[in-house]
Amino acid sequence: MTQHDAGGGFDTARQREADTPSSPVLRFGPDKPLPLDAGIAFAPWQIAYQTYGTLNDDKSNAVLVCHALTGDQYVASTNPVSGKPGWWSLMVGPGKPVDTDHFFVICANVVGGCMGTTGPASMNPDTGAPYALDLPLVTIGDSVRAQAMLLDALGIDTLFCVIGGSMGGMQVLQWAVSYPERVFSAVPIASGARHSSQNIAFHEVGRQAVMADPDWCGGAYLNHGTRPSKGLAVARMAAHITYMSDESLHSKFGRTLQNREHVTFGFDADFQIESYLRHQGMSFVDRFDANSYLYVTRAMDYFDLAGDHGGVLAHAFKDTRTRFCVASFTTDWLFPTSESRAVVHALNAAAANVSFVEIESDRGHDAFLLDEPELFKTIRGFLTGAARARGIHPPTGGEAQQ
Amino acid sequence: MSDVQMTEARVDLKAIAELVEPNARVLDVGCGDGALLELLTRSKGADARGIEISQAGVNECVARGLSVIQGDADTDLADYPDDAFDYVILSQTLQATMDPSLVLRQLLRIGRHVIVSFPNFGYWQNRLYLLFHGRMPVTDYLPYSWYDTPNIHFCTIRDFIELTREVECTVEKAEALNGKGQRIPINAPWWLWNLFGEQGVFLLRR
Repeated sequence: MTQHDAGGGFDTARQREADTPSSPVLRFGPDKPLPLDAGIAFAPWQIAYQTYGTLNDDKSNAVLVCHALTGDQYVASTNPVSGKPGWWSLMVGPGKPVDTDHFFVICANVVGGCMGTTGPASMNPDTGAPYALDLPLVTIGDSVRAQAMLLDALGIDTLFCVIGGSMGGMQVLQWAVSYPERVFSAVPIASGARHSSQNIAFHEVGRQAVMADPDWCGGAYLNHGTRPSKGLAVARMAAHITYMSDESLHSKFGRTLQNREHVTFGFDADFQIESYLRHQGMSFVDRFDANSYLYVTRAMDYFDLAGDHGGVLAHAFKDTRTRFCVASFTTDWLFPTSESRAVVHALNAAAANVSFVEIESDRGHDAFLLDEPELFKTIRGFLTGAARARGIHPPTGGEAQQ
Repeated sequence: MSDVQMTEARVDLKAIAELVEPNARVLDVGCGDGALLELLTRSKGADARGIEISQAGVNECVARGLSVIQGDADTDLADYPDDAFDYVILSQTLQATMDPSLVLRQLLRIGRHVIVSFPNFGYWQNRLYLLFHGRMPVTDYLPYSWYDTPNIHFCTIRDFIELTREVECTVEKAEALNGKGQRIPINAPWWLWNLFGEQGVFLLRR
């Protein structure tokens, strides 16, 4: 967690990705502002996205994948900053549960992110410097609105499915509520209709860690050539604990010592878990922007679908014709099954078509990103059933990528 | 509940499916492995959903492309609005509910029609078993011992008819199926149904 990154390779790559991403990007001028929930018509702005597979002739096979807090548009292809495989390459691809031989998959970077969609690291055309905290606060609703404008530009009227986990699941629910007629099916995984008080509390710890770092410089670190790396790493470490279960931590690390026989009676990383968390924190700093972390965690905190509908969640889904598949994991304590069940109850009260699966896993919240055969089986089965109902045929020409 | 489903439901599936109008909105409460949901979707074009208490059963159904949620007939029916479905089906599940009368009232509230099928405890084989063995019947058909059965509220066809009077619903159609799953002639008297019917299948409305 030294200042190795200032001017280093990762840093340049990341800064470049914020404005000119390696993926396709759509730029909207002053004539097409993004209406923000904060009450501002924001322009100019841009959205970065990635697509996989082929759109069929009647444009009925589009699947929008929504990424989680620190994800990006590189769902099934190499991440240009970290060089690692796509974050959901187990789920999305040819022959995978979200099968790109059949479906046209789109994934966009959220508003406030740092991988090519307008965010605090993007250049403010008025000042010639990054926005930093001058960017208005953005919400999950804003991201969904931005995605809808992207789809308009791509000429896609209806999505066959919107799918995502955690914050991605929030976007899925927001899509179903904001654009019911554009969503044929929806799959929110390990998510909920609101961010709980406990979740907000963890996010606040993370944000305070970032802001307490002297290198944060009131948010203007990009101008000062510094990075609040220590603060952001601590934020990530705290968050990472919430993504895992006590069981998985215990089975993976227990109280095993790191490269030593005895404790040192000091504050070195004696335990494997400490060393693991430090590694997680450090590698996160290399690929993510600290201010983006503040903005996107805030967007999650503000999310409350029932609050937007007179406190009754069922009202949000009134007359919905979307087919839902809600999934949760037994050891997820960040978005416990009860949060998913509340969504299911509201959907029942709206007489919606809904499936609900609780998947047994010892890996906590992060299970949705991992190799969970039961989840894959569920998604594959649900999408197959929904595709049958939608009358989707695979794209013509067999151009699907291998 | 699910085990009961999987071993016993087959016989009455066709009889139930024949009671359902094409393209109806159907909720199958206690849908087990989803066999009836699949039959209704395929043969009747139904918009069919299910509730199942066992998570394993639910996961299997969803993986097969059926719309099913994990839930309990005793508690979760309250979430559904009035008249949400054309048909609500309770197949081989009534005897496993905590409060059959309350469940039946809920079914009549959320469905325009209600179909209930249940094993008839008054079936002659059950009577003979009790008569000769002096013990609670354990048969291929009712494979549980009295102390570990999910079936906590057995009734006979006559008992069920009494329950329909209690909840003040109308019997639109009633059938009894014999041990081979065949219909007992419709003009047979009730006592004959109650003796030779292995299962009762009732179509009800408010």
